[in-house]
Amino acid sequence: MSVLVYTESEQNKFKKVAFEVASYAKAVADALETTVTAVTVNTDDTSELGNYGVDKVLKVSSEDLDSFNAKSYADVLQQAAEAESAQVVILSSSADSKYLASLLAVGLNAGYASNVVAAPSNTSPFTVKRSAFTNKAFEHTEIKTDVKIIGVSNNSFGLVEKSGAAAAEDFGASILESGVKVESIDKATDKVTIADAEIVVSAGRGLKGPENWGMVEELADVLGAATACSKPVSDLGWRPHGEHVGQTGKPVASNLYIAIGISGAIQHLAGINASKVKVVINTDPEAPFFKAADYGVVGDAFEVVPELIEKLKAFKAS
Amino acid sequence: MKILVCISHVPDTTSKINFTDGDTKFDTNGVQFVINPNDEFGLTRAMWFKEKQGANVTVVNVGGPETEPTLRKALAIGADAAIRINTPAIDGFSVAKELAKVVQDGGYDLIIAGRESIDYNGGMVPGMLAGLIGANFVNTCVGLEVDGTSATATREIDGGKETVSTSLPLVVGGQKGLVEESDLKIPNMRGIMMARKKPLTILEPTADGSGTSSVSFEKPAPKGAVKLVDAGNLDELVDLLHNEAKVI
Repeated sequence: MSVLVYTESEQNKFKKVAFEVASYAKAVADALETTVTAVTVNTDDTSELGNYGVDKVLKVSSEDLDSFNAKSYADVLQQAAEAESAQVVILSSSADSKYLASLLAVGLNAGYASNVVAAPSNTSPFTVKRSAFTNKAFEHTEIKTDVKIIGVSNNSFGLVEKSGAAAAEDFGASILESGVKVESIDKATDKVTIADAEIVVSAGRGLKGPENWGMVEELADVLGAATACSKPVSDLGWRPHGEHVGQTGKPVASNLYIAIGISGAIQHLAGINASKVKVVINTDPEAPFFKAADYGVVGDAFEVVPELIEKLKAFKAS
Repeated sequence: MKILVCISHVPDTTSKINFTDGDTKFDTNGVQFVINPNDEFGLTRAMWFKEKQGANVTVVNVGGPETEPTLRKALAIGADAAIRINTPAIDGFSVAKELAKVVQDGGYDLIIAGRESIDYNGGMVPGMLAGLIGANFVNTCVGLEVDGTSATATREIDGGKETVSTSLPLVVGGQKGLVEESDLKIPNMRGIMMARKKPLTILEPTADGSGTSSVSFEKPAPKGAVKLVDAGNLDELVDLLHNEAKVI
């Protein structure tokens, strides 16, 4: 019996969410008085996991797993869960983990709770708190099956450092062939993704046209932030769909969300509500976003943003 | 090609969310229900396959009689037939099991469901359905072409997109991008009249195979008032973000 956690890496380096789900797994293991086993795929150095409460690491290495494939990955995790007699499996809310989670749930006949925002409130019955109605509410959900899968909402639990060492061993999983083959990947490697970002800079129709996004990107650069946009902006084709955040777009759960020229429609606010600190910059003091924000500046974005960039550059340099 | 589009009946995106019965039930009072937006993009793509490739499109929903207007709307948009499985949707797993039975009995080649519903946000039905019936599965799908039994799909990944090749039978977790917002169809009078004559079959559920159950709900704590910073004094904003909010 143990708690199994899938710690994702990219190009041999752990993603930040890997340490968050490891921290979460440790909290679950403590509540159940058991240990944490992590599964890694094609990751050489797994020692960092010991700093987040992982006791044991199962290292899976295979060229066939070089590019992510939900079916093959879910099957590897199923083999690991069965080998470890795992009672609970912890995953992140990355696009890849959400993709494989439901396949794994079928394989393990496990109840699956996604978007979980806190450690289990009770282990018998096993109850977790998750976000629902696109962050307009929380749901307390009981997972009723013997094996349980928890998808942890990104940036909800945080990192909890421990002093410990994770014993690594090779895990010889058999690789299931998938009927879905990756032909090409189109990904900007030099940009922070919305999912991983601690800070997101987002802009709306108030910017008047796609030609004015230079200052949004510059502000994001200064802050090491990801860029995002409102739904009308992506519908107008000013920005790619991948940047659309809100109820029907991507969810945002960053530490800081800066909204420029976004009025704050209920659907937009729902999608970004899980962000911890919200700043709004808008000419209209009656914009609904001011009711949802922590800090607000009433002013013209074309004046405020360039000046804010200068102030932040000075701050970063000091 | 036989296409099954899974439709979730959800509160309109502008709805205020409230709960009743000691915060154990969603309060439907005054709430307008719609086709789940992620499903509507899939339905519209299915209409494209119907027009261009002669596909036959059935829509399905797991829910009580109150969800029928949503299925009728899908018929008015152009689906050929509808199925309602007569049971409240307990969780994603039980819904996927009911849908798996429909797919196996109906011999569908392509099943399009939304990436997630905008009410419970479980995001698990398409994947569980694929797992249960042993079909190929592409999630967060933003582009789909089918040629015979081969399919090419584009999937949104964190920070970009990837293109995959696969084959039918295929389950897709769809979202905006499958079609554009401007492609969505508003039913016209002729569609609404025709929808009344199209078959809507009611099936009884086969088994409760739920993995989770809802215990209660709560709403986020009310927010404090916004702190306004003068546009001429942005040093203060930088200071607040650094020293008070501690986010930079």
